[in-house]
Amino acid sequence: MSSSRYETVIGIEVHVQLNTKTKLFCACSTEFSSSDNNNICPVCTGMPGALPVMNKKVIELASRTGLALNCRINQNSQFSRKNYFYPDSPKAYQISQYDLPICEEGYLDVRQTDGSVKRIGITRAHIEEDAGKSSHHGTYSLINFNRTCVPLLEIVSEPDMRSPSEAAEYVRTLRSVVQYLGVCDGNLEEGSMRADCNVSIRPKGQEDFGTKVELKNINSFRFIEKAIAYEVSRQTDLYDNGDQDQIVQETRLYDADKNKTYSMRTKEDAHDYRYFPEPDLMNLVVPDEMLSVLKAKQVELAFDKAERFKLEYGITEQDALLLVQQREMAEYFEEVAIKTKEPKLSANWISTELMRVLKELKIDIKDFSVSAQDLSDLLVLLSAKKINAKIAKLVFEEMISTGKPAKDIVEAKGLVQDDDPNSVAKFIDQVIESNPEQVEQYRSGKEKVFNFFLGQTMRLSKGKANPDLVSELLKEKLSK
Amino acid sequence: MSISLIDAKASEIIDAIKTKKISALEVTEFFLKRANELNPKLNAFISIDSDCVEQAKLIDKKISMGEPVGKLAGLPIGVKDLLCVKDQITTAASKMLANFKSPYSSTVVDKLLAEDAVILGKTNLDEFAMGSSNETSYFGNVKNPWNEDYVPGGSSGGSAAAVAARMCPVAIGTDTGGSIRQPANFCGIVGLKPTYGRVSRYGVIAFASSLDQVGPMASYVEDCALVLEVISGSDEMDSSSVEQPVAEYSKANLGSKKLNIALPKQYFSEALSAEVREKLQLAIESLKEDGHKFNEVDLPLTEYAISTYYLIACSEASSNLARYDGVRYGHRTNEVSNLESLYVKSRSEAFGPEVKRRLMLGTYALSSGYYDAYFEKACKLRAKLQKEFLKVFETNDLILSPVTTDTAFKIGERVSDPLQMYLNDILTISTNLAGLPAMSVPIGFSGNKMPIGAQLIAKAFGESEMLSFAELLQSKKIHKGEQPNVF
Repeated sequence: MSSSRYETVIGIEVHVQLNTKTKLFCACSTEFSSSDNNNICPVCTGMPGALPVMNKKVIELASRTGLALNCRINQNSQFSRKNYFYPDSPKAYQISQYDLPICEEGYLDVRQTDGSVKRIGITRAHIEEDAGKSSHHGTYSLINFNRTCVPLLEIVSEPDMRSPSEAAEYVRTLRSVVQYLGVCDGNLEEGSMRADCNVSIRPKGQEDFGTKVELKNINSFRFIEKAIAYEVSRQTDLYDNGDQDQIVQETRLYDADKNKTYSMRTKEDAHDYRYFPEPDLMNLVVPDEMLSVLKAKQVELAFDKAERFKLEYGITEQDALLLVQQREMAEYFEEVAIKTKEPKLSANWISTELMRVLKELKIDIKDFSVSAQDLSDLLVLLSAKKINAKIAKLVFEEMISTGKPAKDIVEAKGLVQDDDPNSVAKFIDQVIESNPEQVEQYRSGKEKVFNFFLGQTMRLSKGKANPDLVSELLKEKLSK
Repeated sequence: MSISLIDAKASEIIDAIKTKKISALEVTEFFLKRANELNPKLNAFISIDSDCVEQAKLIDKKISMGEPVGKLAGLPIGVKDLLCVKDQITTAASKMLANFKSPYSSTVVDKLLAEDAVILGKTNLDEFAMGSSNETSYFGNVKNPWNEDYVPGGSSGGSAAAVAARMCPVAIGTDTGGSIRQPANFCGIVGLKPTYGRVSRYGVIAFASSLDQVGPMASYVEDCALVLEVISGSDEMDSSSVEQPVAEYSKANLGSKKLNIALPKQYFSEALSAEVREKLQLAIESLKEDGHKFNEVDLPLTEYAISTYYLIACSEASSNLARYDGVRYGHRTNEVSNLESLYVKSRSEAFGPEVKRRLMLGTYALSSGYYDAYFEKACKLRAKLQKEFLKVFETNDLILSPVTTDTAFKIGERVSDPLQMYLNDILTISTNLAGLPAMSVPIGFSGNKMPIGAQLIAKAFGESEMLSFAELLQSKKIHKGEQPNVF
């Protein structure tokens, strides 16, 4: 295959919407509004004479992200104006950081699909404001400024990734980081996180990078991989045909429906942004005290948490990785594990039963009605063999639909496990009596029929019989 | 009427209103009438707000009910049409904003209204404050009340002419490179540019953000002090405003203090006219007799100030004025074929030649490949210039100099020579680059009966001392007896 002759080089710029109540430079709400131009004011619509004022919360969120990405925090950074005309940019310049960004020179360790870990360099992360949104309606266009001036952190990676899957894993890990930090909800589909991928290829062994192409408009992890893969194959074809000079520095848009990229603009139409320091804002200062507090309060990130879960709770790597995918889920698990003192049972239950239910109900763990305490109570009943696993699942369903605690449900419905050998023996006798044919089969060596007896007995006991006891007594009675 | 409104001090007018010797309504009607009568002749106002009598009535009502009133109770004020006033047209003297109704008020206007001032109207200016003669206004040039063949100066020419002709006792101007002091000087009034960051710029249409500053213009030094006291202070809507307590400027007093006054060599160059030099010399002699000491100092970077200033001011302006794109408000061309034509035609049609010249210059200075050679170099020079001033203030309390090399020039005289026009600012722009407070105080008249003023420059936030010294300069009444032609 010809692609093996080339090496793919990918660098990614991710725009992360920082989770603040108000916009970057004004007091307007950042909350999504269904009506256009609802969250706007003179500042974020570029009225004459309006001035930007820094939202201090953003300094904290950006610094925390920088620290999590192992960056140097520039305690004195600067805003610049990026000048360009576009209708969704009301001032005709974007306030961004240029020469002196708030975060520089970090890295992110990314776990690959094969389990290995690759370190991806972070060039910089800088604060900037978002633009508005234009919509076109035939003969006229409308602009919605609700999003203008919403705070973004642009995280720029080194060109360290070598395959579409590495690229997707990098963005996935980055998303996990910002979600763990709580600085962004990390929703690619809704645009609170956006990835632009710079893709080039070069013959293996060549030191110089090939000409890079920037891919925009990618709004899912699947599309990150597909868009890059398409672009690599496009560039590979050009190389194979000796047409590599036709790879030009340009911005290409990804069309998910057609799985193709299209040229949006080439370097020739590239703007001269005429960056210069923003005179309306003072330098952005991260005070010593703030930095040391943030350093001291750093959040445990997903992979560190997974490692700890494995060590501390002895759960499998598979369960650990599944549980840490979402911070709230990991915290839920840990609370249940501690409360029940049964971490393996907890991990097992959460990764199967609870996650299945969430998927069915299409809800997030944050919105789940059964608290970690409630689930712990249920699992304690199970581990103490007060109820059996099958009953536990029924009780769990009941807890979700009624909101009642496990204990109440078990008591009200008399679901406590039946451990009495006499009572269980009665059920078994009944089953054996009414199924002489199957008894004959079993005794003639067809042991598969055993499960039939087991099921029948459980059903007769309304699920309450202790399954171990049933099994024991059945064997005894059938072999007579 | 128990008070002569034609020459009363602001404090006298306010006192008379508070003590019910005259009503705020009477005062407002007096100045409204005078403004309406003189405006066709002088063109000092772009708009006069007849509805401001309602504000006057409210103040009278408060007084009659015995309620407390503000520091500027009933004082009519003209506001440069560069400051936004909610629900009123704010034009910046440009076709671009000829119909722009502002959705909000500038902090300065809010502060004036909070102290019960009456906003009489919006005064004329050079388009987007770019000019030194008020000849670039889309609404026509302003005439100098002392002689209508002469310019009033600029860019706050409308405010200066309005005060000089007593269409209003006090006006608000803005100063980016001398735009308060030069017209005050040409019109024989007092004008003060505060320290950068002293007064909020929120709601003031930006020309050059790092240089712009709002300030008072009035017939008397103490009127400037009173208004400055009201409009000063840090503002949470303007990050460049400085957290520095506001002194009681209206009570500033020199007492028996003797000052060291610097006279920069470069400000008394060959270019200075004989008449201006002579009047300054007279003032200096008189001040010496009072015991103040004068020291010649060196500000060698002065010769680079013009190029430094125009590079920085135009660069910032090229970005500040980019928002006038015909998309959301302001002038929009009728001939739109695509997005680019919307931009190009709207802007080409609505900006005047001087604005276009400066936007081109600034765009060029910021372009890649030229940034280091022009903009960045200018910024470095600016920093050095600031240090030069700091050094002077190590051993001196104030600087005294001419405001301009000569008195007002004739209308049309310099329109065709922009460079000559720019040179007009040479004695005022350095203080904007250094962010220092400065003011213009009338000291006499030329042979052709045009006003001559002196400039005082103080250290950062040294407004109190500067005002109290200006008071002394004014008390010498060197120009007693002269009155503008329009009186």
